[in-house]
Amino acid sequence: MTPIELVAIGASWGGLAALKDVLAALPVGFGAAVVIAQHRQSGADGRLASLLDAQCALDVAEAEDKQALAPGVVLLAPPDYHLLVEPGAVALSVDEPVHFSRPSIDVLLHSAADAYGQRAAGVVLTGASADGARGLARIAARGGTAIVQDPATAKRREMPDAALAATPAAHVLALDCIGRRLVELVATREGARS
Amino acid sequence: MAVPLIASDDEARERLEIDLLLDAIHRRYSYDFRGYALASLRRRLWHRVNAEGLETLSGLQERILHEPTCMDRLLRDLSINVTEMFRDPGFHRSLRERVFPLLRTYPFIRVWIAGCSTGEEIYSLSIALREATLLERTRIYATDINGAALQLAREGAFPLERMRRYTENYLSAGGSESFSSYYVVDGDQARFDPTLAEGVVFAQHNLVTDGSFNEFHLIVCRNVLIYFGFDLQEEVLRLFGDSMARFGILALGRKESIRRSALAEQYEPLDEPERIFRRRR
Repeated sequence: MTPIELVAIGASWGGLAALKDVLAALPVGFGAAVVIAQHRQSGADGRLASLLDAQCALDVAEAEDKQALAPGVVLLAPPDYHLLVEPGAVALSVDEPVHFSRPSIDVLLHSAADAYGQRAAGVVLTGASADGARGLARIAARGGTAIVQDPATAKRREMPDAALAATPAAHVLALDCIGRRLVELVATREGARS
Repeated sequence: MAVPLIASDDEARERLEIDLLLDAIHRRYSYDFRGYALASLRRRLWHRVNAEGLETLSGLQERILHEPTCMDRLLRDLSINVTEMFRDPGFHRSLRERVFPLLRTYPFIRVWIAGCSTGEEIYSLSIALREATLLERTRIYATDINGAALQLAREGAFPLERMRRYTENYLSAGGSESFSSYYVVDGDQARFDPTLAEGVVFAQHNLVTDGSFNEFHLIVCRNVLIYFGFDLQEEVLRLFGDSMARFGILALGRKESIRRSALAEQYEPLDEPERIFRRRR
């Protein structure tokens, strides 16, 4: 099996708590880069990154344009920008919102599929939107791994429901299992454990 | 060894189609998008394929080669950057508080707004300069690759429905007047005071292929470099360096940085979080 090198996560309504849960399970030495699109108000400040950073063994930061992707790096889409993935780095855009959202989860997952193919995993978490469904389908179509939060464990189930409708073969996992599954999918870097 | 998927074959073909399309555009129309960041470029190309009712990038290439109006439409997709007046009020506040006092020391001020798109940034800056009583001695050069966008910028009319948001931005950026005093309502448009654009030189300029044309005290280029790949970013930063007066100021978008650039050491931060830098000499 091709090891996963990039995990792309989308979350909306209820996403802060869900993201904390998922990220808290990722250990130092986690062998993939993580990129996150969480819907939020335009003009929001950098507080979300520091809230998540405090809950997580890995460093979480708001993405800068062309910032390098490397194992253990966790980058969050800045408010009012789309976050896209290029091979080995992220890029930003201020193109029109998609599904009324910027960042858009579809844009992130779609670009992750194009840049990482089988080496990408996409995760759709809680939300009251259809954003992410098309992007997750793209990840599955390109041979990547598709994961959807079990709608029954989601604060709002519309987004996981839409993702499952678009990708019925996706892995459905309770929120508290997603982080552990990601650790299984991703090779842990040698010698990084302390 | 993993079994090669059909998907990777698709990827290779798509990459080939993109390369051929960009080569064709370059040779036929002299626009060079080959150094653009791939992920956004790919999105925008596919957007045009779908909008034209086509199936493939090769189909788009055929239409572009045979119909120059299709190239105009693609140019619009590739070059019009969505923005707003006083986007990031903190940035505009920093311009007033940290940059304008430096500009005030010059008898005549030259500003370059590179990639001005439809002009929101021009009028934001003109308003702020007027309130600082600097506008009369400032010449703003507003350039964009897209002539149609420049024409809109020249007209200085923006959708009226956006004025509420722009007013909020203006006030949190430290605006001291009544924002509505700068425009008149014309149908569903807000038409800005033409005297704001009196000292503005509008010119078509391609950051990728055109050279330096003046020396500026302030260069504003926000959320344009994000569409460029790293190497092209470096070239454009070099162009900015060649176009700057001593101790010139460079203002980028909030999430753009010169930190990873070989030219980073030529600048010191004037306001690091707002991405405003000053040449060391």
